[in-house]
Amino acid sequence: MLRRIASYLKGYERFAAASPLLVVLETGCELAIPLLMARIINQGIYGESLPAILQSGGLMVLVALIATFAGGAAAKCATSAAQGLGANLRRAEFDKIASFSFADIDRFSSSSLITRMTNDVTNIQNTAMICLRILIRALTMLIASVVLTLTISPRLALIVLAVLPVMLAALAGLMKLCMPLFEKMQKALDHLNETVQEDLIAVRVVKSYVREDREREKFMDANDGFTAAGLRAVLRMVAMQPIMMICMASATVLALYFGGNMVLGLELDVGYLQTVLGYIMQILMSIMFVGMAILQYTRAQASIHRVFEVLDAQSAITDGGEARLPAPRGQVEFRDVSFRYQTEGAGEDVLKHIDLTVEPGQFVAIVGGTGTGKSSLVNLIPRFYDVHRGQVLVDGLDVRDYPLDDLRGRIGMVLQNNVLFSGTIRENLLWGNENATEEELVQAAKDAQAYDFIMSFPDGFDTSLDQGGVNVSGGQKQRLCIARAMVRRPAVLILDDSTSAVDSTTESRIRESFRENLKGTSVIIIAQRISSVQHADKIVVLDEGTVAGVGTHDELMAANHIYREIYDSQQEGGDEHGGT
Amino acid sequence: MAGPKRHHGPGAPRGGYAKPQDLRKTLARTVRYIVDRPLLLIAALVCVVASALLGVAATYMQKPIFDLLTQALADGRAQLPELAAACLRLALLYLCAAACSYAQANLMAQLAQKGCNRLRRDLFDKLQELPLSYFDAHTHGELMSRFTNDADNVQTALEQSVIQLISSVVTFVGVVSMMIALSPLLFLCSLAMLGCVTAVFTMFGKRSRKYFARQQGALGAVNGNIQEMIEGLKVVKAFNHEEQAKARFQALNEEYRSAASQAGFYSSAIMPIASNLTNVGYAVTAVLGAALAMSTGVNTGFTLGSLVIYLNYNRQVTQPVNQISMQMNAMLSAMAGAERIFAVIDAQPEVDRGKVTLVPVDKDANGSLSKFSGQGRPRSWAWKVPRDCGLVLVPVSVGPDEQLLELGQADEEDGTLKLLPPGQDSKSGLWVRLEEDGSLTPLSLEEMAGHGWAWKYPGPDGQMGLHLIRGAVRNVPGEESCYTELRGAVRLSQVDFSYVEGKPVLKQMSVYADPGQKIAFVGSTGAGKTTVTNLINRFYEIQGGLITCDGIDVRDIQKDSLRLSQGAVLQDTHLFTGTVMDNIRYGRLDASDEECVRAAKTANADGFIRRLPEGYQTHITGDGSNLSQGQRQLLAIARAAVKDPPILVLDEATSSIDTRTEQYIQRGMDTLMEGRTVFVIAHRLSTVRNADCIVVIEHGEIMEKGSHAQLMEEKGRYYQLYTGQFELE
Repeated sequence: MLRRIASYLKGYERFAAASPLLVVLETGCELAIPLLMARIINQGIYGESLPAILQSGGLMVLVALIATFAGGAAAKCATSAAQGLGANLRRAEFDKIASFSFADIDRFSSSSLITRMTNDVTNIQNTAMICLRILIRALTMLIASVVLTLTISPRLALIVLAVLPVMLAALAGLMKLCMPLFEKMQKALDHLNETVQEDLIAVRVVKSYVREDREREKFMDANDGFTAAGLRAVLRMVAMQPIMMICMASATVLALYFGGNMVLGLELDVGYLQTVLGYIMQILMSIMFVGMAILQYTRAQASIHRVFEVLDAQSAITDGGEARLPAPRGQVEFRDVSFRYQTEGAGEDVLKHIDLTVEPGQFVAIVGGTGTGKSSLVNLIPRFYDVHRGQVLVDGLDVRDYPLDDLRGRIGMVLQNNVLFSGTIRENLLWGNENATEEELVQAAKDAQAYDFIMSFPDGFDTSLDQGGVNVSGGQKQRLCIARAMVRRPAVLILDDSTSAVDSTTESRIRESFRENLKGTSVIIIAQRISSVQHADKIVVLDEGTVAGVGTHDELMAANHIYREIYDSQQEGGDEHGGT
Repeated sequence: MAGPKRHHGPGAPRGGYAKPQDLRKTLARTVRYIVDRPLLLIAALVCVVASALLGVAATYMQKPIFDLLTQALADGRAQLPELAAACLRLALLYLCAAACSYAQANLMAQLAQKGCNRLRRDLFDKLQELPLSYFDAHTHGELMSRFTNDADNVQTALEQSVIQLISSVVTFVGVVSMMIALSPLLFLCSLAMLGCVTAVFTMFGKRSRKYFARQQGALGAVNGNIQEMIEGLKVVKAFNHEEQAKARFQALNEEYRSAASQAGFYSSAIMPIASNLTNVGYAVTAVLGAALAMSTGVNTGFTLGSLVIYLNYNRQVTQPVNQISMQMNAMLSAMAGAERIFAVIDAQPEVDRGKVTLVPVDKDANGSLSKFSGQGRPRSWAWKVPRDCGLVLVPVSVGPDEQLLELGQADEEDGTLKLLPPGQDSKSGLWVRLEEDGSLTPLSLEEMAGHGWAWKYPGPDGQMGLHLIRGAVRNVPGEESCYTELRGAVRLSQVDFSYVEGKPVLKQMSVYADPGQKIAFVGSTGAGKTTVTNLINRFYEIQGGLITCDGIDVRDIQKDSLRLSQGAVLQDTHLFTGTVMDNIRYGRLDASDEECVRAAKTANADGFIRRLPEGYQTHITGDGSNLSQGQRQLLAIARAAVKDPPILVLDEATSSIDTRTEQYIQRGMDTLMEGRTVFVIAHRLSTVRNADCIVVIEHGEIMEKGSHAQLMEEKGRYYQLYTGQFELE
């Protein structure tokens, strides 16, 4: 896992490599200071030699200055490396997600993908930073201090070796005992946040049902649960604190006593006793830092795992390799198509044995209740999903044999939950075809009955849309999405329930312009309103994933009871009177 | 501290350098949350000070040991017992320090956790009382971050920053005094060094803040782009736009990386640079001190032991300085958070001066009301109006066009009809017929036409107004309250309303709904349809006019009672964590399982519920994301059905259901609407067609009003809408 993470340092390897070296240099310099201090004491004070003091002192200043620069440079390198790593990971994830199929997007869910690109990467980045600096520093400190203590006085080093296991055991115990408590605390916190969130979202329901007291009770439970879990975790943490302090204190006292004895026995210089005391402190502190770094790494593992999950996802849908592609005509054919969203396990077929042909230039409508598979059916044409069984052919070639770019280039799609992006109206329309001329944009806008309202904005086509396009009304947004698809001049135009907020008169005008200006284009439309579909060349009635009827309006009215029911249900309303 | 990390939403500001506006006031108020157990707090503070002082003392206790060793070396004789004693004293000191530090951490954790528990509770309690206009003005994310970031920061500050600050100040003062005591000369040297370090700190801090702001901006752009692209990913793919999206993201990503690298450098280099600069100072001090110690021991008393511990102090002194500057920042941002929390707690709650309450009653065959026997589920409800609340019950005669005329005592007898004088019996307040044999027969409602009761109270213009009561009345002298039957008559008279001052949403709106009538609102988005329903249940306060429920000004009715008399199925359905059954029962907490199932059948939800993996016991999570929009809508209808209110508001209740399915639900809806006053808002005109009255609203004003047939006849706006000549936007 580490090696794999390291591979994402590409472009920042020098920083990643330089940082530990600089940290080692900095640490080495810092460790030299107590040694030089010992020389000052031993040779200077006891040896009563001022030059020795000045010489060692000068050396100390030099060493400290080197350490200052090394430390600053190490910080620079570590930051650059960690930020570079984060940027590379985000980029790799974004590129991967861009190649996802619709099934992958559904599987991960948008919000989870967002977390994986933001919080998780930040977590990894912080951990890398800690490892590059704190962990390496602590390890260098630890090893060097132990070695130095051993060379100065193996006997005093024994004290360290005696205290060390106690501290390690305490640290390990701390992690083992506290981690599950912190996990519980996190869970309690999540529960608390969910409770508040739920209450905030549903505030109208709560108020209109006068359930404030019940919400208060729910919150109290969650709040008390969080406090109890938090207290348990924190108090256990706090209980470990004196153990650490006592370890450090006993090491110091023991070193002073035994070291003092050695000084009295003339086995050790007083200066070195002071040095060793310093090193013992460093060793014990280093252990704590190593523990911290390990803890951070353990936490980051979940994030690393989640990021790799994205990077490792194998997109089920890849380019086909057919060399000879048919000319775009706009013919679509379903041959005995069955489809399910979950390919593994006990998935249920959403579409069952569909046979259907759309001839070039035809206007085909699909009707049916919610959840009967209308959207699933049209999503198979641009290969947003792959069929479970059977075949979908566009212009006579199986969609799986097309390069995706070419296939989707033939198709203009207006999705049900359509999105406009931040930017101007022009930029959004150009999504359809980057090379579209001004006239083509205007024509598409006129065809989609969007031109008038676009021009009513002060900035016309250069009107900026907020994120998600919120400053236009629902019907206007739908018309812009239709215009975007029409800019593409596709062979097949698919509208998935995308005129629901447009009034029937405007809608019929849009249909009129399809007929006039998109003569060669096959149009497949999903709609709720009978008025939207009744003039289609062919109407397909879907029911529970099967084709329950195909024909013209009159044929279906005569022979298909589902179609007639839909028709009747709208007769009470005025939709049927749509001005045609 | 190794506590779990809170999740910050993408682009959420990290609090950073915000400062509270009134630090002293906020601090005092925050502290109030932890002073409810003053003894514990005092104990904790004593421990903080003690452990800081013990730390300073422990360093000092090394001096005698080094002095002893130097002395012994000079004298050439071992002083083992003294050494042992000195070490023992040191050990004892450390032990005390450990005990104190444990005690303070433990006590403060308890105080802080419990204090924050109450802070969060106060905050949540307040949220329950705030009017909807508050939630309109503040996003969910904003209010959530009061609970997450702000409360969290306050807790950390109370748990750690307070202690660290006090302890650092004590340590700093202690160390500096010891340094001065040991050698004023060396201290001057240290002071210069301290000055340098502080200067570096300030310089780096300033740069860091500057670049940090840039980093936050870039981060916001990256996260915004991630969110937009991932949410619109299907469109990106439909238009083969992957490459452009990648390029745009990479540009933002790179911009963020470079900004963050710069900001990160300043914040991460500050510590190593400062601590190594301290070492430079250490070296200089060491040389000076060594020179001092060498030349003396004799006259200044500055021994080797002094030098060793002075240098130790010298090392220690930067620590509290760092801590103070770090913890001050943490404290300031925590107090800024606390201030935001207090702003919510101090916000104006929903105004509720209403004294009229809804109570269960028994109603006998004659239509007279008596107090609820407490047996079984109450079948009838009545408004309980205290006599001292400004509403006066008066007998009236009802003329043509519902002209009300107050009857004096003399008028109470009108031929054979007689208003029974208030008495002690149960028939009080009834209109009766004087039979030939002298007995009294209560009048049925039809017979009563022309005579009745009304509420008399001053309207918004100060003029006394009469408001007819359409149900049974119980008016027994001696009882502190009178009762009128809950029928569900709702009247809006010349109502003016605006969410934001100066932008009127409703202008002089008048709508009358008699009990059992179905009133439909039709109009563009933003025309004010939903607003009308929000006023009936008093989610918002009107600026002019009058809204009455059964003749009573809704402002005189206690809010909870008013809302209990109404049920709503709203545009956005919200479900709660729990089972399907729990969610239906949300309508009425004492409903039995059978009643809930019956309600589900009414709403036509029973079928799909039974097909769920665990039927009625299926667990709903995340606002019901495992159900389709239509299914959630059905559950909301069932929830309203189980509440069984006389007034029902259906705001686009069937908008997410296709027309054919809607037909099936319609039957359930019709059953649900039967005998209730219903307000319907619908985009689909077929759903409002059979309403008693259709109100077409545009720009907050009534354009047309009438039945379907009347309005079609008029060939106005409704006709245009109905025939599809006009777009509802």
